[in-house]
Amino acid sequence: MFTNKDVLETIEMVEKEHLDIRTITMGISLLTCIRDSAEETAQKVYELVCTKAENIVKTAENLSGEYGIPIVNKRVSVTPVSLVSAAFPTKAPLIGKALDRAAKTLGIDFLGGYSALVHKATADYERTFIRTIPEVLASTERLCSSVNVGSSKSGINMEAVKMLGEVFKEAAFLTADKDGIGAAKLVAFCNAVEDNPFMAGAFHGVGEADTVVNVGVSGPGVVKHALEQIPDADLTEVAELIKRTAFKITRAGQLVAKEAAKRLNATFGIVDLSLAPTPAMGDSVAQILEEMGIQTVGGHGTTAALALLNDAVKKGGVMASSRVGGLSGAFIPVSEDIGMIKAAEKGAITLDKLEAMTCVCSVGLDMIAIPGDTPATTIAAMIADEAAIGMINNKTTAVRIIPAPNKGVGDEVSFGGLLGRAPVMPVHNCDSSKLIDRGGNIPAPIHSFKN
Amino acid sequence: MRAVVTVTGKDKKGIIATVSSFLSGKGANIEDISQTILGEYFAMIMIVDISSINEELSALAKECAELGKQIGMSIYMQHEDIFNAMHSV
Repeated sequence: MFTNKDVLETIEMVEKEHLDIRTITMGISLLTCIRDSAEETAQKVYELVCTKAENIVKTAENLSGEYGIPIVNKRVSVTPVSLVSAAFPTKAPLIGKALDRAAKTLGIDFLGGYSALVHKATADYERTFIRTIPEVLASTERLCSSVNVGSSKSGINMEAVKMLGEVFKEAAFLTADKDGIGAAKLVAFCNAVEDNPFMAGAFHGVGEADTVVNVGVSGPGVVKHALEQIPDADLTEVAELIKRTAFKITRAGQLVAKEAAKRLNATFGIVDLSLAPTPAMGDSVAQILEEMGIQTVGGHGTTAALALLNDAVKKGGVMASSRVGGLSGAFIPVSEDIGMIKAAEKGAITLDKLEAMTCVCSVGLDMIAIPGDTPATTIAAMIADEAAIGMINNKTTAVRIIPAPNKGVGDEVSFGGLLGRAPVMPVHNCDSSKLIDRGGNIPAPIHSFKN
Repeated sequence: MRAVVTVTGKDKKGIIATVSSFLSGKGANIEDISQTILGEYFAMIMIVDISSINEELSALAKECAELGKQIGMSIYMQHEDIFNAMHSV
């Protein structure tokens, strides 16, 4: 039985430390929607999503009211659309637009799954599909897209990497009037997971049940507040405290996930143990690292502090949930984290340091604005670097980078809301096009052959 | 079904009376009350049985929050499961 202190602690976490359930994401399989024509398929997709997720917003609001914990985002992920539209890939945008309409009907902010999985090779229909992504992201509001370009088991598909460099550029260019927001709704993955509840990289894998509820917990503010109480503790104690805090946060997520699944007639999928920041003050992962003792995030020691944080969150969270999955790591999106934004403005954090940080946490180079004139091959090379980190370390890595149209270092992009704002960061100017133009595959590492 | 009602804020007269008469008016059965006063700061925690109330808990929680605003306190009503989940192994 809980004590009065426990009750007051929970309320303080919500009131002052931004404890929330970050997202309830319903994964829906679209495989049963495939019909003879794209038009019929799109109609069926719209109907299915609207029916299955009809009550997602209301259910989340009720749960939030009952437990007294905010549930920030209600979202839907679907089967990668490249599979659903394989027979008519040039018409895949019809399905994308139907999904965007469904998101509006349901009243949810994002829907993920305009995706393709090409980690080993690119099939013809996938090549066509990937080329439709920029236009679809420019003509929709709430649809998110992702492409898996590599895995530890299959290596890295460099043809897809090259194509994605171009797709990012075009997605940003076609949405130049909104600072290139199209690119902010696109993720290039290595080792993409099938049960990720977080956008923009969520999709519903083919190995999943028909309808699933996955929940992402959060609470960087709660962790930071806990650490403020032990300013002089050694790092062993710091890790222990983070574990205990992560346990409590995750238990709240587990409770909500189970109950949400029951009320929405869906299978309980997973709880994702990620620490996800928002642009709000006091809801920052960067500030946790600074609380641990780094003057400004990006300084030497940042990677070590992040490694401790990421691992302790997992250890605390795993015990608190019956099924853990998704990305489960600390997110470091630059534009969505007030501490990161400040560090980037001061020039304290660079792309190189961010890349190093992605070796020890999920998910990758996330929400970073770079000069709009960065060549597509340089963006592709960044994707290749991140994919290599993921492939060799058996972890998920991703790139969500925004080549800000008509902007350079010193300018700022602003998307508003959860996507936040970010200063344009410098990239290395040396040419990587020869490496990218070679194509082919980077073979899977020797340690992937475990059979 | 049991809920936890938490009332916090600056101490003043009649808080317990106001909150308990609101709850009993709704048909809730108060099973346990504890309160502490730290300086001017007042914190009261009630465990209430709300099984016989037809209203949804989320709606009731909203009304509690409203009542809190009226009397200048902060009032939460939450399902007890959230505390059991977060604070026990």
